[in-house]
Amino acid sequence: MSQSKPLTPKLTIESIPILKMGDFLLVTIQVDMHDRLSLTLQDDLASAISKTNARGVLIDISAMDIVDSFTARVLANIASLSRLLDAQTVLVGMQPAVAITLVEFGLTMEGVRTALNVEKGINLLRDSLG
Amino acid sequence: MNKNSSTRLVEILEKDEVELLEDWMKVQLEASTLRPDLLSKSELHRQTSEFLSLFRIAVRSENWIDINTPEWADIRDNLDVISRTRAERGFTPSETATFIFSLKQPLLNRLQELDDDLKELVDDIWKITALLDKLGLYTTETYQKNREQIILRQREELLELSTPVVRLWDGVLAVPLIGTLDSERAQVIMENLLNEIVETDSEIAIIDITGVPTVDTLVAQHLIKTVSAARLMGADCIISGMRPRMAQTIVQMGIELGEIKTKSTLAGAFALAMKQLGLSVN
Repeated sequence: MSQSKPLTPKLTIESIPILKMGDFLLVTIQVDMHDRLSLTLQDDLASAISKTNARGVLIDISAMDIVDSFTARVLANIASLSRLLDAQTVLVGMQPAVAITLVEFGLTMEGVRTALNVEKGINLLRDSLG
Repeated sequence: MNKNSSTRLVEILEKDEVELLEDWMKVQLEASTLRPDLLSKSELHRQTSEFLSLFRIAVRSENWIDINTPEWADIRDNLDVISRTRAERGFTPSETATFIFSLKQPLLNRLQELDDDLKELVDDIWKITALLDKLGLYTTETYQKNREQIILRQREELLELSTPVVRLWDGVLAVPLIGTLDSERAQVIMENLLNEIVETDSEIAIIDITGVPTVDTLVAQHLIKTVSAARLMGADCIISGMRPRMAQTIVQMGIELGEIKTKSTLAGAFALAMKQLGLSVN
């Protein structure tokens, strides 16, 4: 085994895709978040909301097994900044283990709306936007 | 020297076993730690004579330093049984250990009659005392192990019994809590509830605390944590079964339940859940 060359090339993802669905933006996070990726997502979402005049943002984290405190803070920031840009944010599909860990850390993310799955999240957004 | 004391002890045990047994019984019957309500005289007599005959065989091994050797296996088994039955019947540790320690007096009395040389006598007393102390400590250890096993078994049974998550309606779960909430139980309840929320896609969970005797800061903290975690996952929690006394304590202690919805009855919580889901019963 050579030290200089890794056996499997590490897949590095530069950004997370943001999908537009009518008035809403859908973000599905399916990779491990690292700090730079979280910040890129925050920037991308901010510009995407203002560009598309989106009324709501759905962030699906059902595939995430680990959410560290930095990512949690970025997610809370996204919710706050989208509110300033007149869009509602709903966080959907958090795993029980992740929820327990965040609560133990005291990160209850007050002010972020949540839903069990994407479908319920979209319903929540529709209801609140009238 | 070792051999001498060993042979002398064997001599005592073999020569007047019957008398020694009688004396030992007498000491045990006179002791303040006697529990005639838990152990009958005949049973005590049987235990005593059984131990004495096994003890006679074991001391012949001339190994008095370590009672964990094979020569002492029979004695250890015998003491295991005695300690276990006594632990199950509710003897205290000292009542259990007195069984061995009460053998000292009759044994040392006889040794005194046999030994003329003071130096040898002291040496023998030292060795026999050390041996009996080891055996006495062994009974206490076994006793404690048995008690711990009993407690552990009861704890596990309690944990399993006490955390059911029931489905009241499509999308409505309920957790009826009964008994005191400690951290371990609260953790199990939280995990069960959150997993059930994901599995059944339930939007509302009702935590019923009618069966929780008192609410202190710790219990309140556990409840708040569970509600926050459920909220992070997208489910709403309602706490039901809040009694007037409990509400008073919570207010007096200054516990901030925040925006957590509380109801005095499970029926009230269920009605609220139905309303939130836009359902109604005709």
